[in-house]
Amino acid sequence: MCVTCGCGRPDGPAHHHPHGPLTETITLEQRILAKNDHLAGHNRAWLAERRITALNLMSSPGSGKTTLLERTLRHFRGRRPVAVVEGDQETTLDADRIRRTGSPVIQVNTGAGCHLDAGMLHDALSTLDPPAGAVLFVENVGNLVCPAMFDLGEAAKVVIISVTEGTDKPLKYPHMFAAADLVLINKIDLLPYVDFDTDRCAEYARAVNPTVRTLPVSATGGAGMDGWYDWIAPA
Amino acid sequence: MHEFAITQSVVDAACERAAGRRVRSVRVRVGALTAVVPEAMRFCFDLVSEGTSLEGARLDIDQRPGIGLCRTCGRTVSLDDHVLLCHCGSADLAVVSGRELEIVSMEVG
Ligand SMILES: Nc1nc2c(ncn2[C@@H]2O[C@H](COP(=O)(O)OP(=O)(O)OP(=O)(O)O)[C@@H](O)[C@H]2O)c(=O)[nH]1
Ligand SMILES: [Mg+2]
Ligand SMILES: [Zn+2]
Repeated sequence: MCVTCGCGRPDGPAHHHPHGPLTETITLEQRILAKNDHLAGHNRAWLAERRITALNLMSSPGSGKTTLLERTLRHFRGRRPVAVVEGDQETTLDADRIRRTGSPVIQVNTGAGCHLDAGMLHDALSTLDPPAGAVLFVENVGNLVCPAMFDLGEAAKVVIISVTEGTDKPLKYPHMFAAADLVLINKIDLLPYVDFDTDRCAEYARAVNPTVRTLPVSATGGAGMDGWYDWIAPA
Repeated sequence: MHEFAITQSVVDAACERAAGRRVRSVRVRVGALTAVVPEAMRFCFDLVSEGTSLEGARLDIDQRPGIGLCRTCGRTVSLDDHVLLCHCGSADLAVVSGRELEIVSMEVG
């Protein structure tokens, strides 16, 4: 009997097994996102060489990422070089808004993709070529789940939640808030009109991310924005 | 749906290693504290593997529970949700299981 397959043929020189080849188990033991993380590492090194601080801004659609950036870019004009990568599924609308502030910007359209990944940022960086020492703002696709999983090579992840979204969001979207280095609570000018508890929201954020800092701001009115600027570039 | 991109990464990595050989099954390890839903991953796997050397392959998912180690009292705590809190009141926990997102092995031939 053939010892390798038990097919009943006599022992002898190697023969074919027309009834089905043997399978082989290959051990991989690697992170699923190894390729993304590898590219993110490249981005991080590339940015560090140029002393560029990259911030990955994430929120659900409409929390105010672009509005916050418009004001922030105007603040840093003349103080610090800036550059922006805009991620959206479709359109260049956000990049057009940013361009009007006079800042260098590149739009990345992800099509059906619901997040930016390290490869997309890599390509965007080689086109945008931000100046040395810049603050690079990356506006991720509006989505409170998927972008949290993909390291881009950024220095920090900033999560924005607006007061119209509900106090409980950090508990409902724990992955995003667990990944955050800073949580901005935006649209606080609307607090008189909505049922939102800023302190409790901050508590919920700390329940999933004990050391995370929260900053209440109004991107349209300007309240609290100095704290955000200080966080970006401590005086 | 991030499961699509995640599953695409699994299929890409397996295809690369298989180097043209037929892949019969792939085993992945998915922690309960990752945002990956196993059912969504299965759904994506059939779509993504179509036309590759993984077409028709079986996807085995080893799910890992969320477990934390309290740095304050030293106890092991089961983490069912994402709230990092020990029975002793401490929120200073090290997650020791539940964040895995790995390709373990595959069967070719
Ligand atoms: N009242 C108030 N409205 C704001 C504030 N910040 C943004 N908005 C409004 O919220 C809406 C959405 O703002 P965007 O800046 O486009 O939000 P976004 O997060 O960039 O949206 P996406 O890119 O589509 O995900 C706009 O109508 C803004 O004017 C704020 O601080 N207060
Ligand atoms: Mg926007
Ligand atoms: Zn404890």
